[in-house]
Amino acid sequence: MAGDPIMPATGRTRLASAGARRATESALHNASSRDHLTSVIFLALLLLGLSVALFSLAALLTWSLIEGAPRLGLELLTNGPSTVRPEEAGFRTAILGSLLVVGGVVAIIVPVGVGAAIYLEEYADKERWWNRLIELNIQNLAGVPSIVFGILGLAFIVRGPLSLGFVAAAGSLTLALLVLPTVIIAAREALRAVPASIREGSLALGATRWQTIRRQTLPAALPGVLTGVILAVARATGEAAPLLLVGAVTFVTFDPSFLEGAYSTLPVQIFNYSNRPQEEFRVLAMAGVIVMLGLVLLMNSFAVWLRNRFERSW
Amino acid sequence: MASIDSATSSAGFSSRSLEASSPRYTEKAIVAFLAACGLLSVVVTSAIVVSLLIPTIDFFSQVSLEAFFLDTTWAPRQATGRFGVWPIVAGTLNVVFWALLVAIPVGLASAIYLSEYASPRARKVIKPVLEVLAGIPTVAIGLFAFLAMRPAAEVLLPFLDWSSLWSVGVAGVAVGLMTVPLIASISDDAMRAVPASLREGGFGLGANKLKVSLRIVFPAAVSGIVASIVLAGSRAVGETMVVLIAAGRTPALTFDPTKSVQTMTAYIAGTATGDIPTGTLDYNTIFAVGTLLFAATLALNLVAIRLVRRFREVYE
Repeated sequence: MAGDPIMPATGRTRLASAGARRATESALHNASSRDHLTSVIFLALLLLGLSVALFSLAALLTWSLIEGAPRLGLELLTNGPSTVRPEEAGFRTAILGSLLVVGGVVAIIVPVGVGAAIYLEEYADKERWWNRLIELNIQNLAGVPSIVFGILGLAFIVRGPLSLGFVAAAGSLTLALLVLPTVIIAAREALRAVPASIREGSLALGATRWQTIRRQTLPAALPGVLTGVILAVARATGEAAPLLLVGAVTFVTFDPSFLEGAYSTLPVQIFNYSNRPQEEFRVLAMAGVIVMLGLVLLMNSFAVWLRNRFERSW
Repeated sequence: MASIDSATSSAGFSSRSLEASSPRYTEKAIVAFLAACGLLSVVVTSAIVVSLLIPTIDFFSQVSLEAFFLDTTWAPRQATGRFGVWPIVAGTLNVVFWALLVAIPVGLASAIYLSEYASPRARKVIKPVLEVLAGIPTVAIGLFAFLAMRPAAEVLLPFLDWSSLWSVGVAGVAVGLMTVPLIASISDDAMRAVPASLREGGFGLGANKLKVSLRIVFPAAVSGIVASIVLAGSRAVGETMVVLIAAGRTPALTFDPTKSVQTMTAYIAGTATGDIPTGTLDYNTIFAVGTLLFAATLALNLVAIRLVRRFREVYE
């Protein structure tokens, strides 16, 4: 019973406990008076860093609103582009072009992106080298610069094997390949979050693998999949660089069509207006930025809301 | 009734086959389609490599390797074309330097705050806001840099020479702000993956939050943090619209942040907008620069993927 707490304090134990208390106090107290200041400075620096990020976002949004406000109106959406009359020019054909291109992107990435994710999560044997290759490949493609996809589009889709020409469909295909890794990665994460017990229950009741995926796994993963798709669509809506290479041209005066004729998109049109020297075109470009930011932020916040709303832990 | 009869009559259940009752061709067709979707990514990568390499080989049959890598003048569109790639490589590195100078401190401060200090409620607000920043189209960021940040920089730093309309420093800072969410979110993930027991051990030994954050969590998460920085660098190398709008199109070997430079991406985007005929030297030059760009980002991405995998293996 060496550590008996009721043991009366002899001279020796009293000395030991006093010494221990003194040691602890000197270690914690002395240090904390100095460390307190460094801690406060450190936290202040962290908050400063964070506020730089948040402040620049706020500055960008308010500045765009102020700069573009003079031209904000319905005719901005309904009028076509013009090189000579900036006060009447609008984004009609560019917005229609964006709708065509992004519509094509959705039609491609939903089946292909979700399909690839289902294959990798539900069917692929991860021990096989080809499946690991596909996985590494997708991670890598997610980091390839968008302009390189533009080069691919120029060499393979506009010209070369597919030879579609400089049309909206070529823009769709190029952007779809660009955002496909985003969709696949998001859809895989959503599928992975569905617990194995749901699949096993379905299989045990006699459903085939595909029936299990279609009726159980995929519906359970749907919010996550949808979030990934919307984020990808938002990115495609704002993307300009690869489209410069696959033929989105400056001034399209006629409403564009998907498979023939010239097209432009909202970000490309904004870029082209901003290149012109006159002040009116800058204002016009900034008004376009407001429209584009409105669309993209709406999609992004819907995606975030969707994820938070339907996020469930199994 | 028939199935029960056959089951009971054939000496118990043991002889009943586990084979599917039909060949399930639809099921097989679906798997084939899904596998094809997965395979598409490999096809895309191969297509990128092929589409870059063929014109690049063409390019190097017309322009020697020495003229590309040893010359220091980039003037490909002139009659006596000079193809020294260093000025546009230097332009890209310049942008990456200024971008990381901003993105590393801001991104890491945000990450440490989010993972170690923020309350769950603050996290729930700040993370989506950072994601919004990540989702801003690059054209908008480029215009903001060119029309708002550059004039502001002129006012804030009047002792610099702001004679050029375009500034690589401003463009780099804008690219840096754009990559902050990338560094913040990956580093935050890496630091949150550090087990709580390590932190508690630190607190138990009398360390305060600052010491636990910097001496325990930060070193434990360092592979993920480095990965996030490498990825941000790769993003800055590949960024096109911001540099095209705010950094200009003048190839120059300069380290002056107020001067205009041309990056590899800005060269590609600025040259390929016209309808350039296939097979000409102009056309091939785009692909040669594209190959260099692709190789650089590929190397950075592979390093980052390997690092991310390491912290996942250790803690998850």
